[in-house]
Amino acid sequence: MRSKIRMTVVMAAKKYNVLPGFNLTMGYTLTWLSLIVLIPIGALVLKACSLSGSEFWRLATTGRALAAYRLTFGASLVAALANAFFGTMVAWVLVRYRFPGKRWLDALVDFPFALPTAVAGLTLSSLFAANGWLGRWLGPWGIHGAFTPLGVVIALIFVGLPFVVRTLQPVMENLEPDIEEAAATLGASRLRTVSHILLPTLLPTILTGFALAFARAVGEYGSVVFVSGNLPYKTEIAPVLIMMRLEEYNYAGATAIALVLLVSAFVLLAIINWLELWAGRFQN
Amino acid sequence: MTGSSTAPRGCEDPRWLKGLLLAASLAFLLIFLLLPLLNLFAQALSRGGRFYLASLLSADTRSAIRLTLLVAAICVPLNTVFGLAAAWAVAKFEFRGKTLLVTLIDLPFSVSPVVSGSMYLFLFGLQGLFGSWLDARDIQIVFAVPGLVLVTMFVTIPFVARELIPVMQATGTEQEQAAITLGASGWQTFWHVSLPSVKWGLLYGVILCNARAMGEFGAVSVVSGHITGLTDTMPLRVEKLYNEYNGAAAFAVASLLAMLALVTLLVKTFLEGRTAGEPASIQPVIIGARAGVSNLSRAK
Repeated sequence: MRSKIRMTVVMAAKKYNVLPGFNLTMGYTLTWLSLIVLIPIGALVLKACSLSGSEFWRLATTGRALAAYRLTFGASLVAALANAFFGTMVAWVLVRYRFPGKRWLDALVDFPFALPTAVAGLTLSSLFAANGWLGRWLGPWGIHGAFTPLGVVIALIFVGLPFVVRTLQPVMENLEPDIEEAAATLGASRLRTVSHILLPTLLPTILTGFALAFARAVGEYGSVVFVSGNLPYKTEIAPVLIMMRLEEYNYAGATAIALVLLVSAFVLLAIINWLELWAGRFQN
Repeated sequence: MTGSSTAPRGCEDPRWLKGLLLAASLAFLLIFLLLPLLNLFAQALSRGGRFYLASLLSADTRSAIRLTLLVAAICVPLNTVFGLAAAWAVAKFEFRGKTLLVTLIDLPFSVSPVVSGSMYLFLFGLQGLFGSWLDARDIQIVFAVPGLVLVTMFVTIPFVARELIPVMQATGTEQEQAAITLGASGWQTFWHVSLPSVKWGLLYGVILCNARAMGEFGAVSVVSGHITGLTDTMPLRVEKLYNEYNGAAAFAVASLLAMLALVTLLVKTFLEGRTAGEPASIQPVIIGARAGVSNLSRAK
C-alpha cells in the first residue's frame, strides 16, 4: 500500500510527456547515431588502445608530429585571432551602418561556409602563386603566400571568416540602444561608451566566435592541403600527417595522431559549449 | 554613403571612423572572399570556353559528377529523416541526457574530416575490425562507393538536426498538444501541424546538408582510394586534375562546385527574405537559421 502511494507521488512529480512518438523517434535517433557516429569513434579508440602506452606516446610525439601540431594549433590561433578582430569589425559595419550593396556583402560572408574546401584551397593557392593575381604583387616584397606557413594562415582565415561575424550579428542586433544613449547623456565620449560598455558586453560572444573559428581551423584539411605544399616539418599540418601515415599503411602512427586530434576536438567542443552558456547568460 | 541617422548625438560613430571601418571591412572581405571567387572563374576560363566545356564533359569528370550526385542523393534524405526524428525527440520531450544527446549529434562537426575518414578505415579497411570478415565475403566498403556514402553520412549527420532543433523548440508543443486533444494521431499531428511550421528551417537544413555532402573532401579522401572514374567525387576530381598539372580543367570542375555554393547562398538569402516579412510566429525559423548557419560547416 505504501509503495503504491510512493509510486503515485513519484508519477505526479515526474513530467509527463504528452505527445506520442517518443519511443519511435528516440529509438531511431539512437540507433542511427550509434551506427554512423559512435561505432566508428569506438573503432578509433579501440585501435588506439591496441597500442601500448609508451608506443602511443612515441608515435604521437615524433619530431614530425610535434612540428605538425605546432603548425596546426599555431596557425589556427593566428587565423582565429585575425578573424576575431576583422570579424567584429565586419559584424559592426553590417549591423550598424547603412550602405549600398549591404545585402550582397552580408550574403557573401557565408561564402566560405558553402564553398567546398578543396575549391577554396585551389583558388587561394593560385591567387598567391608566384604569377597569381596577388602573388605577383606580394612576391617582390618577400611575402610568399603559397607553400609557406603564411599560406596556411591565409587559408584558415578564409574558412573561419564567417564564424565570428555570424555569431556576433544576432547579439549586436539585440543590443539595447538605451544603454548607449544613457552613457551619452551622462557625458561619456563615444570611445568610452564603446570600450567600457559595448565591448565588454560583446566579449563572451566574440570569444565564442573565436573558439568556433579556432576549432574549425584545427580540423581543416581541404583548403590547406592545396596551399601549403605539405613540406614535412615546415608546412605540414596534423591532418595531412595522418593522411601520409595512412598512405604508408602505418596505421599505428596514424591512429596515435588521430586520437590526439579527436581528444582536442572533444576538449574544444566542451569549451565552446561552456562559452555559449556564459554568453547566453550575458544576453539574458 | 552612410544614411543620415536619427539617433541622438553621442550614439553615432564619428563620420571619419565610419568611413575607416567601412573601408577596412570592405577591403578585408574583398580580398578574402571576392578575389578568390573571381580568380576561380578567371582561371577556369583561361583556356577558352571550348576547353572549359570539354573538360566538364570528359568521361572521368562526368562519372565524378554522377558519383557526387549519387552520394548526395543517398545521404541527404537519410540524414533529413534522422534530423526530423532527432529534432522531434529533443524539442518536444523532456528527458535526462538531452544535453549529452545534442553533444553527440554535434560531434561530427568538431572532428577533423581526416580523422572521420580514418575511423571508417579502421572499421572496414583490410586491417580493420571487420576487415577480414568483409574480405572473406568479397564485400568492398572502403576504396569503393559504400565507403564514400558512409563517411559523407557521418560528416553531414548534424546539419538538418541542428537546424531543426532550435526551430522546433521555439514553436513549442502547444500546437501539437491541441491537435492531439482534438483527436489527431501522432502521424497526422506530425504531417499537418509540426512539419508545416518548420518547413523553411527544414528546407534550409536540407540545402546546407546537400552543399556539404557534395563538397566533402577530407573524409572521402581517406576512404576513396582515388580510383579515377570509379571512386572520385567532384572535389577529389579537382585534386586529381590539379596534381596532373591540368590546372584549367581542375578550375573548370571547381567552378561547378562554386556555382553550387553561390546557389546555396542565393537560396539562403531568399529564405531569410521570405521569413523576414512573415508574422512573429515564423521568427523561430530565423532563430534556427542564425543558429544553423553558425554550425554549417565545421572542418571539411
